Formats: sequence, structure tokens, C-alpha cells
Amino acid sequence: MNTPTLLTVDRLVLGATAVATQVVSGVSLTLRRGERIGIVGESGSGKSMLMRAVIGLLPAGISKLGGIVRFEDRDMGDLQPEELRKLRGKGIGLIFQEPMTSLNPALTIGRQLEEGLALHTAMDAAERRIAILAMLRRVGIADPDAAVRAFPHEFSGGMRQRIMIASVMLLEPALLIADEPTTALDAVVQREVLELLHALVEEKGTAMVLISHDMAMVAQYTDRVLVMQKGVCVEEGATSELLRAPRHDYTRKLLSALPRRAPARSVVPRAPLASVRNMKLAYGSGSSAKAVLHGIDLDIHPGEIVALVGGSGSGKTTLGRIIAGLLQPNEGTLTFRGQAVNRKSGAYADYRANCQMVFQDPYSSLDPRMRVREIVAAPLRHEKSMLSTARRDRVIEVLSEVGLGPQFADRFPHQLSGGQRQRVAIARALARRPDLVIADEAVSALDMTVKAQILKLLSQLQEQQGFACLFISHDLGVVEQIADRVVVMHGGVIEEQGSRDDIFDRPTSSYTKKLLSAVPMLTPAAGGGIDLVWRAA
Amino acid sequence: MLRFILSRMGMAVPTVFLVAVVVFFLIRLVPGDPAALLLGDMASPESVAALRSDLGLDKNILAQFAIWLTNVFQGDLGTSITTKEPVAHLVIERFKVSAGIVLVAVALASLVAVPAGFIAALRQNSKLDLTLVSVAALLLSIPTFWLGLVILLIFGLKLGWLPVVGYVSVAEDPSRGLLYVLMPILTLFLHEIGVLVRMARASALEVLRLDYITHARAKGLPERTVLWRHVFPNAFAPTLTLIGLVLGNMLGGIAVVETVFTIPGLGRLLVDAIFGRDYPVIQGCLLFIAVIYVLVNLIVDLCYPLFDPRVKIT
Amino acid sequence: MKTLSANAMVGGLFVGAFVIAACIGSVWTPYDPMALDMKARLAGPSIQHLLGADEFGRDVLSRLMLGASASGIVSLATVAIATVLGTALGSISGYLGGWTDRVLVAVTNALLAFPGILLALGLLAIFGANKYGIVLALGIAYTPSVARIVRGTVLSLREREFIDASRVSGDSEMYTLLRHILPNCLAPLTVLSTSMFGWTLLSESALSFLGLGVPPPAPTWGNMLAAARPYLAQAAWLAIFPGLCISIVLLGINLLGDALRDRLDPKMRGMQ
Repeated sequence: MNTPTLLTVDRLVLGATAVATQVVSGVSLTLRRGERIGIVGESGSGKSMLMRAVIGLLPAGISKLGGIVRFEDRDMGDLQPEELRKLRGKGIGLIFQEPMTSLNPALTIGRQLEEGLALHTAMDAAERRIAILAMLRRVGIADPDAAVRAFPHEFSGGMRQRIMIASVMLLEPALLIADEPTTALDAVVQREVLELLHALVEEKGTAMVLISHDMAMVAQYTDRVLVMQKGVCVEEGATSELLRAPRHDYTRKLLSALPRRAPARSVVPRAPLASVRNMKLAYGSGSSAKAVLHGIDLDIHPGEIVALVGGSGSGKTTLGRIIAGLLQPNEGTLTFRGQAVNRKSGAYADYRANCQMVFQDPYSSLDPRMRVREIVAAPLRHEKSMLSTARRDRVIEVLSEVGLGPQFADRFPHQLSGGQRQRVAIARALARRPDLVIADEAVSALDMTVKAQILKLLSQLQEQQGFACLFISHDLGVVEQIADRVVVMHGGVIEEQGSRDDIFDRPTSSYTKKLLSAVPMLTPAAGGGIDLVWRAA
Repeated sequence: MLRFILSRMGMAVPTVFLVAVVVFFLIRLVPGDPAALLLGDMASPESVAALRSDLGLDKNILAQFAIWLTNVFQGDLGTSITTKEPVAHLVIERFKVSAGIVLVAVALASLVAVPAGFIAALRQNSKLDLTLVSVAALLLSIPTFWLGLVILLIFGLKLGWLPVVGYVSVAEDPSRGLLYVLMPILTLFLHEIGVLVRMARASALEVLRLDYITHARAKGLPERTVLWRHVFPNAFAPTLTLIGLVLGNMLGGIAVVETVFTIPGLGRLLVDAIFGRDYPVIQGCLLFIAVIYVLVNLIVDLCYPLFDPRVKIT
Repeated sequence: MKTLSANAMVGGLFVGAFVIAACIGSVWTPYDPMALDMKARLAGPSIQHLLGADEFGRDVLSRLMLGASASGIVSLATVAIATVLGTALGSISGYLGGWTDRVLVAVTNALLAFPGILLALGLLAIFGANKYGIVLALGIAYTPSVARIVRGTVLSLREREFIDASRVSGDSEMYTLLRHILPNCLAPLTVLSTSMFGWTLLSESALSFLGLGVPPPAPTWGNMLAAARPYLAQAAWLAIFPGLCISIVLLGINLLGDALRDRLDPKMRGMQ
């Protein structure tokens, strides 16, 4: 441990001066050369702001109110703007979360990679080009010569994030700050990009601060972890120890919020509740048609939770929307309790009453101009025989089922937290006591601890009310916790399906194996924490 | 590249066609016999009857439209009731006068306002920004016809530097002609600065909050480079569209400025035609200005790929 | 965030003053705005005539007050017509999609291809140059702008999940449109109507200035300016005061519009 200190942050305080609130209240940390640390926290913990302050790029409205940041034995507060600029890029590199907006759409990749080198090194144009091509090849860009002439929009999100990494690592900074570098990417791509980042950092001996909400990811790639909550660092320690034996309550809460497998339930085999046969859908028409579903067969049995998993573009959401009646397929049938469902059939009203949906984004799934009471009561409008007093009682009843007291009935969505909103969305779905609930990425947009609560609520309600649930998700960890049965989709076809334990423990398809390699298995550790085991791809 | 140009031009065709439909039916909506309207009150019954058959008024409305459209395509916009001149000739002559004033005013205003708007955005909420935004709001709120009168009062009457009434073509006598267009140009220039500063500032603010600007700064680039290499190209494309709109809107609203400074431009031609119920001229002006507006927007569209590579040119 | 911005305060002050002047002007003015008084012809501002008198000796202040109420009513009626028509067309176009949408968009684009007040000028040629002609012409001319913005809002609202939620619960398309989509269009519509009030006021003055608006002797700010043009050298105040009134009210509306936009609809910032 005698490597020199690279970065010291001493009792840093950041705040929004206009409204006199602190976003970071007295956080300290030290980082040695080549060390890799993780900063974990939920939204609003101040983790991103902390590192933005280090590089001196705080957003407008937020400023440093106290504390010292020392980088390579220099007080960053004393630096002239000119000196600070020389440090950026060369001394400290920064990688962002959103690869779609972090590259300039109007400049070629080559020019964007070159400008840092031109600024910070003495290389001439030919040397710069050699360095750029080598780095692009290193980050896994197939044709670097073509890539330097291409524009960012010609690459996928994963590729752009690789280019972003190349852009930052070209300058060989002493410190790399990676702010949720893979959150916007598909699970499989996430793992690949992180492995690349890790390998590069290792090669160059770069110190890294990995900012993430994902405890499992941080555990895999860092030596030390800081846990932040509401602007304060609540716990710090060696990653492996902190994971196994957390000391602070909040850390324990975070760790227990990581999804883990529940015991398998025995489901009595019964006739399918809903069946999909030979479902096909293509967007567009003629030669430009893009097939999304290539003939899907799927059964959903009463009282089971079926998880539909796959990456983006797998067709899982499209299938869910067809089953919910939001999209018309080109071909194929949907039957519910043995009767064909289509808009003209008499069974449609019954199907509408029995199939409800919970959406991904609780900020967009509730009408901002309606009160919670009206939102939850909206589906009851179609229960013609129901008296208005019975409707009112039902609203209070389902709200209490989802853990919201009657005082919430008169609030507007903007007065609720993300978790509370999602509870309202679940209450709305359950108001008519449906037999089938489609949950489309219903917990994906939520913070870790909230996600765990909503997941628990959903499985409790399912247990009590016995509805079948089609649980659509890209997050295998969540699926492992909640599903009875798993259906893996890839490129518009079903790759593999089976009981949860079969799919997670004995996958046969290589795509499933690849998906599984991106999520760790959790087992309880003696210290009250967890052990993580990664599956081989 | 050629395909891109052709496809964009193809997209403008239906708009131009619909514009023609609107202009054609506008006159048919006026109560009365179109032939009598087009010839004016003084026309003899024989000439009305002749025009009736020329316009195909005995045929159905679609045939009438086809005849009219064919004439338009051959450059025949009819004959003015009041001056008996061919409308096409009249419109072109007057357009030359208006176009010169508008183009110079927009070009000058863009040169001043676009950089000012970008700088204001870069220093958002600073004193400079506040000043620029306030000045822009003020300029935007002053109607051009009043601004024109005030300028006329100051430079023409109080200071006596510039002629108050009359017009001399710049082409005929450049030095004297210039004196007559200075005040209208100044009026439009000041007004458009108000519009453009706000728009340029808004486009730049949009760009400034994106990650790649922070990324450029995180690379250590100086603010100057960030502004010119990263903000400017991305903020300029939307600004260009807005300049196109401004150019067109000016043509539509130039009548008031031409009235203030007694300049025989296209706007004044249209207004006089409305006064004189000179329907062929009204039709010609409406059609011509709308087509110019579509063309300006088309040119802007065609320039777009130069600034935004995301717009595919194949 | 409950504090009023400087924009809202200054804007509210100017617009409030306009509304009060217009209200008073419709029931009481210091002098009869139409009364000729050749003794006071082109009299400068004085105790008797605070803002002077015009070429027929009519009191300028009285005429400005009556003009304010005339302009206010014309603008309100125009905004009402454009908003109702535009909202109906825009929401139908955006929500139904398909061929209805394509036809309506094509027509909207064709009408929007007439820049500025040009379409209004064309329509005035049909309706005739008077108060009702102006209201109709400007109302129709602004309808496409409203329709376009409403359509855009409807399209983006359609992507929101609460619209899917309404459909999943079995609501009909019409019910979803009326209950969920239109109420959520209110914010952008408020912003737009405010700006439109300003555009109308400006266009009405411009048309009156050209002699195509409300015909004399009824006063509007625009035709007062037009009448002042020949007397610019002798009686500059005749041109100064009406123009100042228009500018102040427009500035007020622009500032108020900006404040509303910032509060209700941050996405529309900087658009015209």
C-alpha cells in the first residue's frame, strides 16, 4: 500500500445556492494510483455530483460550498482555469451514461478522437492517426479506417460507448471517472463493455472511479466501495468485505434489495388461461417491412408468473402489447379461456375486464391532470352494474392492498414518489380483479430499494389474488426472484422456455447462457451480506 | 446526392400544388362572376364573354382549374385591371425591389444576431445575457411600421440626412438609390435582430445541455473551441431553418414597411391591388410570394446536410 | 418556485394596464373620440388634451382608449376562432392518423406556406376590409398554426403510457381523446393563445395601418398611425403615442408568454 495518493477529497460540500439545499454534505475519499473504487447509491445520493466536482464540471446552479479536492498534490481550488483545462482529459477522463448524446453528431469519429490528442500531446497528424486506429481496434471496432470517417449516428449504443471509451483512454488519463457507463445498454452488451473497460484500465494502470446504482456490477470491478445516501457517505470498505459483512443499515438494505431466487412454487397444471398461436407482426409494408415477431406460440396458465425475457429488439414488448390488445398482429390468434379474442367478438368486453397492464414508466403511465382516486377508478367505469359507492369503496380497498392509505386518494401524480406512483399503477390494474396482469418492465425504472419493495408487493398480491402474470423484463435478476416459468425471446422467436430453475440452472440455448453470464448468483454470506458468483458464458 | 435533391424537391411539389389550389379557389370564393371580377367594372360585355370562354367558366370547376394552372405554368398570370400590364411582369419588377431590401436586412441581422444569441446562451443568466435578451424582447415588440415611422422622424425629418418620400431604383442610380433603401433596411434589420437573437439563443441552449458538450469540456478543450467546433455546428442547423422562415415572413409582412417609406415593392403592389379589387394581381402576388417562401425553405432543406450529417443525403 | 418571475411581473403590469384601459375606454373616455374640434386641430399635449389632438381636433387619449377596446375585442374573437378550429382539426388529425391526418397535414402545410399575414391579406380580399373581415381572415390564417401545435402535442401524448392504460381499461378512442388527451393539451394551448393574442393585435394594427382594417372614423391604433403619417413633421406625437401603446402591450404579452412558457411548457421555449 505504498503507492502514492492520486486524489484526495476532503469534506466536500456541494449545494444548490438558489434553494439552499446540499447535494453532497461533507464527503471525503482518497484514491491511490491505479486503484479502482466504486461509488454506489440511489438517485439523489449525490454520487455523480461528487465526481463532477472533482473534474470541475458541475452543472449550472450547483456549486462547491466547502472542502478541498486535491489531485496529484495540487489543490484544484487554486488552479487557474487554464491549468484546470490542461488537467481535464489528460489527468482525469470522464465517461458518461448515455452513449447516444455523449458524442457530437456533427463531427466524424476521427475528428472527435483527434482533438484531445492534438490538445494534450506533441504527436503529429500521422502519429495521432496511428494511435487512434490502434485504440479503435483495441476497443473492438471492426473496421477502424472506416470508423474514423463515420459519424456517431452510424453506430449502435454499445459501439458508441466503446468509441467513447477509446476517446477517453487515448489520452491515458491517470484517473478515469465512469458515471453509470453501461446503464443505458442491454445486459449482454453491458458485461462486454465493462470487461473491456476493466481490461484497458488494468493495462494502462489507470485509477478508476466507477459510479453505479448496481451493487453487483461494482462488486465485480472494484477494490473498494463507498456507499452514498442523500449526499453522505454512509459506509466505505474493501469491496469483498463490505459485500459479505455490511456494517451500516443502508448498505444492508441495498444488499437485501438485490434480487435473489425465491423457493420454487408448485403450480397445479391446468388448462391455459391465455394462448397465443403463430403470432406474426411486421412494421411497415412491402419490401421495407421489418418483421418483429416470427410466429410465436405461448401459453399462460392460471395463477402463474411467466417471465418474458430478452434484449432490446427481441420482440418481447411487442408480444406483450399484442396480448394486451394494444397492437393488432398481422397473423395469429389469441385465445382467452378457450375463446378467440378480437375486437368484434362478444368475448372482448370480458377479456378487457380480465386483462390489465402495468407499465414501465410511472412518470408517464398516470395522467398528470387526474387525482389518484380518478386514476384507480377509471377502469371501473366499464363495470356498468357497479354502484358509485361500491366503486369508491373498491378504490380505497385496492389502494390499501398496494400499501397506500386513503389519504393518497386525493393527491395528484406529481405529489407522489416514483414508488408510490407505481403502486397506484398496480392498484389501477387490479381494480377490476383481473385474471391476467401484464407487467411490462414494471420495475425497471425504479431505484434499487424501491424496486425490491414493488417486486415484493407484486408477488404478494399475486399470491393473495391468484392472477396470472406475464412479467416482461430485460433484468434476469428480477426474473429469477419472481418468475415461475421463463420464456427467452431473441430476434422475434422464442429461444427457449421452461421452469425458472431449469432455465437458470440448466440453460440449453447459447443465447440464454450469454444472458445469464451478465447476472451474478447471490448467496447469503455469514456476515449478513452476500456472496456473488458469476456464471460462465 | 442527386437523389436527395430530387426527393426534397419532390416533397415541395405537393405544397406548391396545394398553394395553387388555395389561390385559385380564393378568387372563386368572391361573390360574383369571376370573369367580370378579373376584368373590372369598366369591361365591356363582349370582353367579359370572351374571357368567360377563355377561362372555361362554362365548364366544370376542375376544368377551369386545369386551364388556369396551364396558363400559370406558361408564365401567364393574367393582366392587371388597373394598369393593363401583364401580372407576371409587374410581380417580377416589384419583387426585385422588395427582395433586395429583405435579403440585405436578413443577412445583416443574421450576422449580428446569431453570434450574439450564441454568446448569450454560453453566458446564460449573466448580465450580458440579460441585456441581450431584454434588447431582443424590446425590438421584437416594436411593430415595424412604427419603428419605421420613428426612424423616418429621426433620420428623415429631424436630422434631414435621408429623403423622406420617393424612390429611386438602386440599379438606375446606385448612390441615390441607396439613400432610399437605407431606412427600410435599418427598420427590418432591427426588428429581425429581436427575432433571431432569441431563436439562436434557444437553439444554442438546447445543444449546450447535451452530454457531448460536457465531454468536450472534460477533454480539456478551451471554451472557444467548444463553442465553435461543438456548439456552433449543431446549433446552426436549426437556426438556419429559422432564418429561412424569417426571410419568408418578411416578404409577407413587407407591405407595411413599403407603405411607411413609399417604396414600390411587392407588398405595396398587393395592398394596392386589394384596394383596387385588381384580382389578377392579387392572385399573382399571393401565388408568387407563397412559391418563393416554399423555395426558400427548400433551399434551407437542401443546405441542411452540410450542417447535420444525421440527415441522410442518399 | 411560487415567486413570480420578473417577466411575469412586468408583462402582467403592461397587459393589465391595457385591459383596464380597454375596459374603461368602452364605457367612458375624457372626450367624445369622434367629436371634431377644429380649434384644437393638431394641438400638442396639454392639460386639456393630455396626449394632444389629431388633424380633426379629436382627443388622442380618448381615441387611444376606444382603440384599445376595439383591438382587444378583435384580437379576442380572432384567438377564439383560431383556437377552437385549430384544436378540433389538430386533435382529430393527430389522434385518428391515417388518411384523415395526411389530408389535414397537407392542407395545413399549404396554408402555412403563405408567410406572415399574407394569407390574411388574401382572405381580406374576399371578406372585405372591415372589423368582421379582419376577425375571420386572421382567425382562419392562424388556424393552421394552432392545428399544427395541437397535432404535435397529441402525437407526443399518444406515446405516453397513460393513454395505453386508458385503452387497456377498455375506453373508446373518443373517450380517451376527450378525457385524457385534450385536457393535457391545455398548457401548450394557453401558451400559444397568449402569443397569438399578440400576433393578432400586431396584425390588426398592421392591416389597419395599411387601410385594410377597421375603417375610419372608428379609431384603432393602426389607423391612427396611418393618419399620422402625413403630419409627421408638424405633429410627431400623433405617430408616437399609438405606436408606443402597441409596443408596450406587445412587450407585455411577449414577456407574459415567456413566463407562461417557462412554467407550463419548457419544451416550447424560444419557438415563435
